[in-house]
Amino acid sequence: MRTIGTATIADCVYRLARRAGTQLTRACKDALLRAASCEEGAAKFALGAVLKNQEIAAREQMPVCQDTGMAVVLIELGQDVRLTGMPLAEAVNDGVRRAYRDGLFRKSICDPLTRVNTADNTPAHLHTELVSGDRVRVTFLPKGFGSENMSRLCMLTPAQGTEGILQTITDTVRLAGSRPCPPVYVGVGIGGCFDSCAFLAKKALTRDVGSRNAREDVAAIEEEALRRINALGIGAQGFGGKVTALGVSCEIAPTHIAGLPVAVNIQCHCIRCEKEEL
Amino acid sequence: MKRLTLPLSGPDARSLRAGDAVLLTGTIYTARDCAHKRIFALLDEGKDLPFPLKGSVIYYAGPCPAPEGKACGSCGPTTSARMNVFAPRLLDLGLGGMIGKGEMSGDVTAALVRNGAVYFAAIGGAGALYADCIRKSECVAFPDLLSEAVYRMEVADFPAVVAADCCGNSIYR
Repeated sequence: MRTIGTATIADCVYRLARRAGTQLTRACKDALLRAASCEEGAAKFALGAVLKNQEIAAREQMPVCQDTGMAVVLIELGQDVRLTGMPLAEAVNDGVRRAYRDGLFRKSICDPLTRVNTADNTPAHLHTELVSGDRVRVTFLPKGFGSENMSRLCMLTPAQGTEGILQTITDTVRLAGSRPCPPVYVGVGIGGCFDSCAFLAKKALTRDVGSRNAREDVAAIEEEALRRINALGIGAQGFGGKVTALGVSCEIAPTHIAGLPVAVNIQCHCIRCEKEEL
Repeated sequence: MKRLTLPLSGPDARSLRAGDAVLLTGTIYTARDCAHKRIFALLDEGKDLPFPLKGSVIYYAGPCPAPEGKACGSCGPTTSARMNVFAPRLLDLGLGGMIGKGEMSGDVTAALVRNGAVYFAAIGGAGALYADCIRKSECVAFPDLLSEAVYRMEVADFPAVVAADCCGNSIYR
């Protein structure tokens, strides 16, 4: 049994949040560079601005995008770890609160009805998963809502199968159009139930853009969905172009014999995701 | 690149065509969802607005706090479509144009044509780059809304693309 104080986790969340807010992932930068090299006109202008922006943000330690997001925190907790100190959710919120204050990040969390801002970007959306071992893996995904707003969950029928899944993914990106800051990164959940399917889609976005699912049939869906999305011609910022998505990542889980849930979680081109293992 | 001075003059607005790349210099006002709701409440009550509408340009944005030595933190555009319900009335009252990101509705396009106004697309996700274009920023209304308050900003060489012009043309398909 290993003992970890939750203050250590709070500090980890702080570090990851500060980094995530001010830099794109390596895989995202590479994908944007590739996209910029094959576009022209307004789309090229937009991608050029985006690439210049991430340089300024990194150099000046400023938020890469003013939407520093809802703090999505995934913790894989080894079941041989004993946590001490403040409750885990409190520790995570403590890390978020300090990072958003010190990083001069925007505080974007409010009551859904009164719209009164909580003023410190808490609460974070914390998802914990118990795993084997004595390690703690923390993932921080600041999720912007221009893209989150364009996400969908569809309860398909088994008869709709793979073609239905592909149509759902492509339709979601087509309906989003210019609004979510394309070129987008598309996270897809296939299977599970109503809520777990949506979480699979979110979890897919924590993978490196351009990575492939280990299951061949799932990787084939990722590839075909990306091909269909890029055939839409929406392009960077909706200005028209060849690259409407930088990647599609699908995560899969067993579902009920009566159903085929498909969740599509849209991420803008500012892919920010940081991970650390304690 | 066309250089334009804000507030936008009628002839300048009418000379622009969808797809034109522009650099904007002058005064803009930020407002997003909550600020628009409050502005509409003021209009409904017949009260004065916190800034002049005539010829003004609203920037759909909510900035990050300013670091030391800068007028403003990261400040890129937010999704304009959420303001589809607000823009036509403001345009009919003399608003010169808006800056945001993404396509707006047919009602908005019609109001742009009706009033000789322009909708500019800034580059979404380029907040740090836009912060460098903001020379001054001052909260002029609704400070309790924090980043969603109305800020009067002085910008210089702010890059944008004409997304919808006063002739009904749009850069979006």
